[in-house]
Amino acid sequence: MLRRIGASLSLAALSWHAAAADYPAAAAARAIKDPAAGWDHLWHEVLIDITIIGVIFALVMTYFLIRYRRKPGDPKTGSAPKLSPAAAVAWVVIPVFVFLADDLYIAANGWALWNNFRDVPADRMEVRLESGMYSWDYTYPNGVRTQNELRVPAGKAVMLRMTSRDTLHSHWIPDFRVKEDSMPGRITYMWFLPKQPGEHIVTCGAYCGIMHSYMAGKVIVLPAEEFKTWLDQEAARQGVAGKTA
Amino acid sequence: MNIKEWIFTTDHKRVGILYLIGSITAFAVAGVMALLMRAELSTIGPTITSNPSNYNVWLYAHGAVMILGFQIPALTGFFANYCIPLMIGAKDVAFPRVNALSVWLFYVGIILAVLTFFIPDPPDVMWTGYPPYSTISTGNTALYTFTVLILGFASIIGGVNFLTTVAYMRAPGLKWGKLNIFVWCTLGAFVLQLIFVPVLGTAVTLISFDKYLGTHFFDPAAGGDVLTYQNLFWFYSHPAVYVIFLPFIGVIYEIVTTFAKNPPFNYKMVVYGGIFGIVGLSGEVWVHHLYTSGMADWIRIGMMVTTLMISVPVGLMVIGLAGTLYKGSITFETPMLYALGVMFLFLIGGLTGIPLAVTSLTVHLSRSYYVVGHFHYVMAVAGTFAIFAGVYYWFPKMTGRMYNERWGKIGFWITFIGTNIVFWTMMDIGVKGMPRRYYDYSHMSQFEGAHQLMTIGAIILGIGFVIALINWIVGAIKGPKAGENPWGSKSLEWTTVSPPPHGNWPSPPVLEEGWSPYAYRRA
Repeated sequence: MLRRIGASLSLAALSWHAAAADYPAAAAARAIKDPAAGWDHLWHEVLIDITIIGVIFALVMTYFLIRYRRKPGDPKTGSAPKLSPAAAVAWVVIPVFVFLADDLYIAANGWALWNNFRDVPADRMEVRLESGMYSWDYTYPNGVRTQNELRVPAGKAVMLRMTSRDTLHSHWIPDFRVKEDSMPGRITYMWFLPKQPGEHIVTCGAYCGIMHSYMAGKVIVLPAEEFKTWLDQEAARQGVAGKTA
Repeated sequence: MNIKEWIFTTDHKRVGILYLIGSITAFAVAGVMALLMRAELSTIGPTITSNPSNYNVWLYAHGAVMILGFQIPALTGFFANYCIPLMIGAKDVAFPRVNALSVWLFYVGIILAVLTFFIPDPPDVMWTGYPPYSTISTGNTALYTFTVLILGFASIIGGVNFLTTVAYMRAPGLKWGKLNIFVWCTLGAFVLQLIFVPVLGTAVTLISFDKYLGTHFFDPAAGGDVLTYQNLFWFYSHPAVYVIFLPFIGVIYEIVTTFAKNPPFNYKMVVYGGIFGIVGLSGEVWVHHLYTSGMADWIRIGMMVTTLMISVPVGLMVIGLAGTLYKGSITFETPMLYALGVMFLFLIGGLTGIPLAVTSLTVHLSRSYYVVGHFHYVMAVAGTFAIFAGVYYWFPKMTGRMYNERWGKIGFWITFIGTNIVFWTMMDIGVKGMPRRYYDYSHMSQFEGAHQLMTIGAIILGIGFVIALINWIVGAIKGPKAGENPWGSKSLEWTTVSPPPHGNWPSPPVLEEGWSPYAYRRA
């Protein structure tokens, strides 16, 4: 256990260092790590961790409740032994050590994944997002605009730079395990890696007003060629063809 | 019974009971709001109202009234008032008239809170009241601001009163190291209230200034910042979770020690490690509410570590509870059932909070039904079960009569089953992508079955609570006489008659050598 903790701590430190040192120039050289896959992995790991702790506590308490229930004829006082000073201290130090070790282990893994979430690949498509009551308005690098529909090419990282023109909104794509608030006066970002063509729901996470629950959209992942065709057509249709993609 | 005597009372026990009546009323109102919401969500699209604003107002009221009108007043108002002077062997609190003022302010606060339904455009800003929506909404948030300020003030003067009471009015020979765990917990909660309530007062006052007086604290167009409010709000409202947690776990300690007939396991660990640890860490974790709000990367990592560290003192307190059962002589009356229910719910709630401490996991989990399920387990229903456990436990002391044991147990099991149906399902669909605060989920129709299950669970849960309330009312009027110490507890409040007279004891209780509120061990 300790070795694993040490390993993940140094792993976290390393990836932190890497992210700080070569972002974004050399990032493209490394293989892109998909945060969504990392999310699923860490989620299962933490789920196993908390299930084990929960089951241990529940079993111990259930055993005590059955074993020490008062039966007819039993004395009407408990007989818990008095803790010696050494035992009293040990009952603090050992649990603290175990809990802290587990906390730091989870924190180190969480940190490593977090670096993954903010290490945006250099080879990416950047789309600007302005949210408003109640729509998601996207602007592509070539000036094409869409509403509530984000078309992206499969296999390429997509980064959103987000702001809001009125209240808080939160661009959540559950399938890509990613969300971040957008708000007036600040620019926030998120990125995700669409792998296969398909459709994914975008839904608003932050309460933004009366029609909050109807603020939904779609991410439509297209094969790369098809996406390019669509973007060119759309640029011509919207009269923004002069700009390069 | 003389109504005037009750309104102008300065007796800490009557003040406590007034707090209880007010907060249980608030609980009923907020509970009805919850049932209205569950009814609305039982089908896709409009069900009982076609106006999303109505739903948003219920949701706002459910949160604000449950926390500010029910849990905090019941735990730091009722239990503190009723139990602390009795537990420390005092005639009353240090400042009885100030105490009466605090309960009056509490009633003004909940009347204002209820009035918000009768003014045009009730607030629909959620109990968090985040700007910019709370400053541009047509809902009238002024009454909310006044409610928060008045309840906050009531809480502050209550805190000063109880810190003074415990410091100066303990019975002769009652040392700090012999205080009931509940007293320590409540002291911790009041220290937190004294430090952090002013911050919440500031936040809601600035919101009202922005909305009604044209200031720009949270308006980026004029150089303000929307995130400042979120920081101020959670700088209070996360410690507020411990203001609820500490007294409720204190109540559970009193009940578990009494029904296991054992002293608390490792008292010093619980007090100095658990309670002091929680008070010490409570102010350093609030950013975990803002993990996906656009806060700087580095602070998310720092707060992830401090948030995970909260598991250390909380874990010590849970070990203390489990250890108290060891070699006990355990009986399972209604208060004990509720207390064990709290331990179970809190275990689930606490552990499901660990993923929410991890900043990279919250990128998916935050603002989903998972969060709602988690905080209901850990604080909302665990806290409510603890309040019900405590009311059942001190019921014979308060009324001098006994409730019906059989109906008490039936009520517990019904509530317990309903609770788990609702909130387990909630966490499950949250992980699958159901966002919170939704009036309709038409673009996520796969969740309709789960929502219907939760509506059924909520009805079951509600029936269980109604059974408990009826049980109390019937028991208070015509239950059998209970005697002064029906549970065989060693704590001081059980050494006087039930219900205790004004002044509690004819003469101050005399503590023998070796006395302790938990002296069950045979000599």
